Amino acid sequence: MDAILLQILNGIDKGSAYALIALGLTLVFGTLGVVNFAHGALFMLGAFCAVTLQKFLTLSKITIDPTRLDFLGKPAKIKTPYVEAWFGEAAGQAIINWSVPLAILFAIPVMFLVGVIMERGLIRHFYKRPHADQILVTFGLAIVLQEIIKAIYGANPIQMSAPDELQGVANMGAALGLKLSYPIWRIVYFCFAVVIIGSVFAFLKFTTFGMVVRAGMADRETVGLLGIDIDRRFTFMFGVAAAVAGVAGVMYTPINPPNYHWGMDFLVISFVVVVVGGMGSLGGAVLAGFMLGVLEAFASTTWATTTIPGINQIVIYLVAIIILLTLPRGLLGRKGVMEE
Amino acid sequence: MFTLAKNDKLLLVIVAFFTLLAPIILNPFPTESAMAQFNAGYPDLMQRFVIFGIFAVGFNILFGLTGYLSFGHAAFLGVGSYAAVWMFKLLSYNIVPAMILSVVIAGIFALIMGFICLRRSGIYFSILTLAFAQMSFAIAYSVLSNPSFNLTNGETGLQVYNDDPQYLKGDGPSTTHLFGLEMRETFTLDIGAWAFQFNVGYYICAIFLLVAFYIAIRIFRSPFGLMLKAIKTNQTRLNYTGLNSKPYTLFAFVISGMYAGLAGGLLASMDPLAGAERMQWTASGEVVLMTILGGAGTLVGPILGAGFIKYFENIFSKINDSVLHSWFSLLPDGLENAIVWVLHFFVGKGWHLTLGLLFMLVVIFLPGGLVDGGTRIYNWVRKPRNPEPAEEGAQASTDQ
Repeated sequence: MDAILLQILNGIDKGSAYALIALGLTLVFGTLGVVNFAHGALFMLGAFCAVTLQKFLTLSKITIDPTRLDFLGKPAKIKTPYVEAWFGEAAGQAIINWSVPLAILFAIPVMFLVGVIMERGLIRHFYKRPHADQILVTFGLAIVLQEIIKAIYGANPIQMSAPDELQGVANMGAALGLKLSYPIWRIVYFCFAVVIIGSVFAFLKFTTFGMVVRAGMADRETVGLLGIDIDRRFTFMFGVAAAVAGVAGVMYTPINPPNYHWGMDFLVISFVVVVVGGMGSLGGAVLAGFMLGVLEAFASTTWATTTIPGINQIVIYLVAIIILLTLPRGLLGRKGVMEE
Repeated sequence: MFTLAKNDKLLLVIVAFFTLLAPIILNPFPTESAMAQFNAGYPDLMQRFVIFGIFAVGFNILFGLTGYLSFGHAAFLGVGSYAAVWMFKLLSYNIVPAMILSVVIAGIFALIMGFICLRRSGIYFSILTLAFAQMSFAIAYSVLSNPSFNLTNGETGLQVYNDDPQYLKGDGPSTTHLFGLEMRETFTLDIGAWAFQFNVGYYICAIFLLVAFYIAIRIFRSPFGLMLKAIKTNQTRLNYTGLNSKPYTLFAFVISGMYAGLAGGLLASMDPLAGAERMQWTASGEVVLMTILGGAGTLVGPILGAGFIKYFENIFSKINDSVLHSWFSLLPDGLENAIVWVLHFFVGKGWHLTLGLLFMLVVIFLPGGLVDGGTRIYNWVRKPRNPEPAEEGAQASTDQ
């Protein structure tokens, strides 16, 4: 029982990341009809927003303290981050400590802007071209973004840490009498993913703007004929999708140190997630994300890997192939989406 | 010759000319000169040109003719390499059985993969092949390298060891050979300041390329090739005429898989090693880049693209800051440093950035690739003087 629950917990944090990326991917696909191979790169860019913010916050002023000597016998250099100098020591340290959650505030506008520029500047010109061209140009863009990050931050993973208060392990099952300890940050990540997914759905469901977007997803031309500037709203949704991928990346940094290769790593799996969920179905993407995450966790148990070695690395693809062959539209795919 | 149309004959002769004389043509700078680093006429690099040319020509039979964009072709390359190395381990270093097995195994593998993936088309097909390729990579990397059943030797890569059986080896050479003719044997011809290297392995690869290219021309011009083009143009209409297009696409998929297997086998023949990283999906992306860059759907495009990417990958990676400084040393210091600082991001380790940008530019502005660009320039030069032949030129090049 404990073991099963633990695997489910293990699965949902990775599943949350899959679900968030797949949600944005589906949003772009459902609204603009574009297959975005650069979406993984947006996730990676988000993570590097957090890295950038942390670098900025820890920029330090170096003062020389003649009263103390360092080990070479010279006057000691003392580094004080500017934020500590400006806001006082306690507040400054708190800001640095909470840099990852703070990066969300930084990443949302940045990533939204990146998304809008990408849509207006590049992808807009590809609506009328074949899907293969869209795939190719966004694939090229993904390489470019990845290489730019590599040129700036280097190829090594960059260690990021969660706020001290949220580090460590929580003993979750104590009330139920189960032994179940689990890192707090991963639980935070899951809750965060649920909030983001919930707010995207609520936005689409309960606001007028969202209603128009949904109408546009169903029948773009008619909405356009009604005198609504649907293109502008779709551009906005592209920005939203980019921001969702970005914050997913920001919050994932303490779980896994970010490197420039993240985009490509997550891209393949998130595509598989989208296809399993059903192209164009937001609910399907989220469901499939969590499902495949949990499945991967179960396949990583010692029992599974000793029975079939390496099963943890192929289980997602196997399931995807089986699902696509039995349910060609995926789990919750609607009729008429992406069908020739 | 070989019952080809006049244009195709010319094309084949041109390709044959360039591949067979490549050791001379690619070596224009004297060995001691400062420009010698731009020479590409050494065996290792030329082999890669030709092998990846075969790979891209095969990929083009699928993508260029039917429009099915596969992101999983590197899987066949890897399978071919593994099959070849196993032949070296079991029989002998003779490359003939290795080549045969690698093509056959890759073909069988492509048949299975194609049978499943071709049930869907468009974007689903791309993602299915991507998933398949990643799965094959994971299988090669970990599933099949456990102690009880070690087929791929995991991270280390498959290689030939001294205690391998090699039942047919006898007194044969202990390096890859073709009935005694060793692959690494190189004849160096010194003419003045130049040193031209003629390598046996390269010529074996070149002959394979010419055969592969000839077969590709025949496929392009056959009724079968016409059918594939019809599938690309309008599959729905083809289905309405009562024709089942699936066997045709499957056959094209298997053929291009066999080409990839051949390329993989040749890679292993030149250097008897096979690793799982050859199967990763970024490797599949590379062949897509080559084909698009050269010109998808054209005959020579893929070879051009493969040569272009492999050449610049090699050259760009060699250029470092000190080389850049020596180039711009005539400029004032501030300007020199600024230019070097900017270029620094695009050369050396930044080669992939250049490649990505170049690829995006090609997809955006020149969907027909380098071949299309060449045709446009040709027409632009020809047109003002006499419009009639220019029309013919455009016609001929779209046919290619």
